[in-house]
Amino acid sequence: MDKDLILLGHGSGGKLSHQLLDELIIPTLSGVSVAGQNDAAVVEHNGQRLAFTTDSYVVDPIFFPGGNIGTLAVNGTVNDLAMMGARPLFMSVGLILEEGMSRRELAAILASMREAADGAGIAIVTGDTKVVPRGKADRLFINTSGVGVVENGVEINGCKARVGDRVIINGTIGDHGIAVLAAREGLELSTDIESDCAALNGLVAELLKEGDALRVLRDPTRGGVATTLKEIAIQSGVTVTLREESLPLKNGVKGVCSILGLDPLYVANEGKLLAIVAPERADAALDRMCQHPLGRDAAIIGEVTGASDGRVQLETAVGGMRGVEMLAGEQLPRIC
Amino acid sequence: LLTDKAYTIKRIRLEIEGIVQGVGFRPFIYRLAARHRLRGWVRNTGRGVLVESEGEPADLERFLAEITPEAPPLAVISALSCTELAPMGGAGFAILASDGGESRAMISPDCDVCPDCLAELFDPADRRYRYPFITCTNCGPRYSIITGTPYDRPFTTMAPFAMCPACRAEYDDPASRRFHAQPNACPVCGPRLRLTGAAEGEIAGDPLDEAVRLLREGGILAVKGVGGYHLAVDAGNEEGVRELRRRKQRDEKPFALMASNLAAIAGFAQVDDTEARLLSGTERPIVLLRKREGHAIAPSVAPANGYFGVMLPATPLHHLLLRDTFDALVMTSGNVTDEPIAFRDEEARNRLAGIADAFLCHDREIHTRVDDSVLRLFRGNPLFLRRSRGYVPRGILLPVAQKNVLAVGAELKAAVCLTRGDQAFLSQHIGDLQNAATLASLDESVAHLQRLLDVQPEMVAHDLHPDYMSTAYAGSITGLPVLAVQHHHAHLAACMAENGLEGETIGVIFDGTGYGTDGAIWGGEFLLGDYREFKRAGHFRYVPLPGGDTAVREPFRMAAAWLHRTYGAKLFSLPLPCLAEVGETERGILLRMLERGINSPPTSSCGRLFDAAAAILGVRSRISYEGQAAIELEALAEEGAPGAPFPFAITTEDGRLVLDFAPLFAAMTEELLAGVPVADLARRFHATIALAAVEVCERVRDASGVSRVALSGGVFQNKLLSEEMVELLAARGFDVCTHRLVPPNDGGLALGQAVIAGWSDV
Ligand SMILES: [Fe+3]
Ligand SMILES: [Mg+2]
Ligand SMILES: [Zn+2]
Ligand SMILES: [Zn+2]
Repeated sequence: MDKDLILLGHGSGGKLSHQLLDELIIPTLSGVSVAGQNDAAVVEHNGQRLAFTTDSYVVDPIFFPGGNIGTLAVNGTVNDLAMMGARPLFMSVGLILEEGMSRRELAAILASMREAADGAGIAIVTGDTKVVPRGKADRLFINTSGVGVVENGVEINGCKARVGDRVIINGTIGDHGIAVLAAREGLELSTDIESDCAALNGLVAELLKEGDALRVLRDPTRGGVATTLKEIAIQSGVTVTLREESLPLKNGVKGVCSILGLDPLYVANEGKLLAIVAPERADAALDRMCQHPLGRDAAIIGEVTGASDGRVQLETAVGGMRGVEMLAGEQLPRIC
Repeated sequence: LLTDKAYTIKRIRLEIEGIVQGVGFRPFIYRLAARHRLRGWVRNTGRGVLVESEGEPADLERFLAEITPEAPPLAVISALSCTELAPMGGAGFAILASDGGESRAMISPDCDVCPDCLAELFDPADRRYRYPFITCTNCGPRYSIITGTPYDRPFTTMAPFAMCPACRAEYDDPASRRFHAQPNACPVCGPRLRLTGAAEGEIAGDPLDEAVRLLREGGILAVKGVGGYHLAVDAGNEEGVRELRRRKQRDEKPFALMASNLAAIAGFAQVDDTEARLLSGTERPIVLLRKREGHAIAPSVAPANGYFGVMLPATPLHHLLLRDTFDALVMTSGNVTDEPIAFRDEEARNRLAGIADAFLCHDREIHTRVDDSVLRLFRGNPLFLRRSRGYVPRGILLPVAQKNVLAVGAELKAAVCLTRGDQAFLSQHIGDLQNAATLASLDESVAHLQRLLDVQPEMVAHDLHPDYMSTAYAGSITGLPVLAVQHHHAHLAACMAENGLEGETIGVIFDGTGYGTDGAIWGGEFLLGDYREFKRAGHFRYVPLPGGDTAVREPFRMAAAWLHRTYGAKLFSLPLPCLAEVGETERGILLRMLERGINSPPTSSCGRLFDAAAAILGVRSRISYEGQAAIELEALAEEGAPGAPFPFAITTEDGRLVLDFAPLFAAMTEELLAGVPVADLARRFHATIALAAVEVCERVRDASGVSRVALSGGVFQNKLLSEEMVELLAARGFDVCTHRLVPPNDGGLALGQAVIAGWSDV
């Protein structure tokens, strides 16, 4: 294979993505250390700490059960700010339209973006629009950037997981990825599966009340819970042990995953966060989540069980222990 | 006269390499020298054994000639060089202390008790009567108890046991069979047998008698073996065997048997002379033997299978347990399904607590987990399904000396390989690396092998698959060049290397799945290549692998994938049981997967081709252990009558031969629906694959002039297919090589990786 070529896998969020970032993009552009590689950068200006993030959205189809590319773009940026413990304030929207896209669809997407922004309390303050010839983009690509303020004393970082800490998730996994896949491929499902796309800043505001006990927040988007936990484990130099039986999973999603042969641990979410919380406050944090509409199915799914070079393992339902790694790209068969 | 004689005296120096330490080699030289009235000395060195001896030329001649044929049973001489020195005189022959140099001598594998020790074991007058830890330099545990080098008692798990005066005297006496026998022990000073209940606490009475009583009552006994714990139950007790299956959560995978002796085996299985020899060898492997009609073994031992996996007692403890008690015991690995076999006492107690009624164990620790080896006989040679206890760490001679390589193998049947000069050392079976405990033991196995062989690798080789745990492991090794080796190229190289081949060879590599250079999942491959490079001369036509690994566990998916080629969306209206059980939603999604390639990478897998056939013929649509569908399909085919082959097509695409089996599946399905017996169809399926493969080989030969073929890949564990292929190829004038020293499956892969890396310029 030609090493010069960018592959689809470089955008999977998995091992190849990380390689591209670590070998080319980060060293060339910024050189930020592993500890600083979070969902958003935290910068200081005049004694005020600001979180700053950007993200691009390319999803097929642009409308899917539970949302569309616009709600993803707004909520995604809100969530990236929230994962640093920031209160989202302002955001930009850059639109790249493909010649021939439906104006009606664009209107619907913009309306839902405005609605999502209002709901999350973030103001869309600037933007840009470009149109490219037919075939040079897929209907609509969106880039959003966001700024939020990090209050004094809030120190959320992917490198802060400590042995004994608990891993909490605010609900079921894999909903978004499967909803989008089903919509894209025209799968006829026996139950409706909707994307979990949602803004998590309100839930995070509740969790921040736990103060120092709240160590890490991260949204398990591309690459799913497995990849996100692997990132945190590497950043913190710890081993994370998950319990398969504790993972919240809708029956419908579970069923479709098993037919498709997909491991839900690697399927994307858009309204989920992983919180790593000190053991003595884990139950309290879980309670706070369960009180919130976006955390009703929250569960403690694992624990930081030791120091290591960043291991994640899954205790299976039958009591075995399976290693969890980042994937290079797509899920590939491994049984020979 | 005296002066005349002095003139004819000669002195020689012998350097002997191989497995010559810890096997009674020095006392053997001592006795041989004494027999021929020679003077001089023998000592262990870092490389092996060094001898200087002086005497009459005729005596020296005889001495030299007798070394190799009369060497101790466990010794393996890999090199012997002799130089002449000036006579020095002196009297007597001495065994000197080792020179303390670096230790590159080879360690012996673990082996069964020798005939001398066995006789003592059952001799009421002997001081080791019924002592389960009896051993001498000719027998007993080695690899599994060694903690470091040199091979000396402090570096074995016998270190905590101080020898009593009687044992010490044997240990120090060059004339004794136990001279420097590191695990030497007796009831006074050595390890002790214990029988404990499932809950902590020793069971009163003689541990052996009580253990036998428990087994007679149908109980399940955990027994500490050489390289790990076994679970034993009376093989004639159907209730007990079923209970073991329930507790182990193992539904169908055959259990191995341990029989008291060859005569007992003959009562339930067919054994020929070669098989008898393999069974009785010091390695004590599990040998697959055809079941005998009307046997009295419980049906649940090996359901839907034509074979029993059988071994003879492999330790004195096994001999004691089986002598005059049971014809056969189930002796299966001590684990819950999919977990590695338990080998540390504490761990065994925890993990097997819900399975075993009692534990027959002892206080001699197992340092290295070593699973039982499994093989079957193929054309008079062993065909390894798993190469582990009894064979590890025996070296495999390479075609040429090469740089030292560490190769880390594949994923599920992981075994690593370390090379040193012109020898390759394949590790014990490590197991499924997706299991966290197994992955951790990969690191230990590598370190242990490096220590025992005293070799620092200069290079690391791994599989091309981006997500194998072994790939990540190779990536974590810093400071060494790393080479990714394509899976099927490694299979080809493994087969070539163990056969000592060099130069271009046609590799017919039939296996489950391996990552290809085009990102597809390969497995039905015709490669043309050598250690340096390969060309993909041909392959099976790609079909979708619907659901990736899920398709491996659910063969009906592959049936759908193949039938979709012929019948399209109408495939679900075929009246096939394997499709009838697929639910409505699942059918719809499966069809979409096949049409649009959703999580369905293209594959040329041969293993999946067998799965598809097994599902279509109603043999198995879901499996509960690896290879089950193909194994049961083979068993069915053996009952069938030969007949005309099914149609297939060979085309050329981009310069590669593409072998298409869609016509086979269409024709086989039509005949099945017309009522042709499934066994006949299964038989003809095997014959067709063989015939088609040989025709592709002929075209490759026509184009390349190469007529040497190596058969490798897990599918060649299938004896029926292998037989057909070897015969057809030979009849058409090909030179055919198959595996005899390492498994054709991924257990032998690391050998191929190591040789390819060794020949590379990296
Ligand atoms: Fe393979
Ligand atoms: Mg993001
Ligand atoms: Zn012996
Ligand atoms: Zn003693």
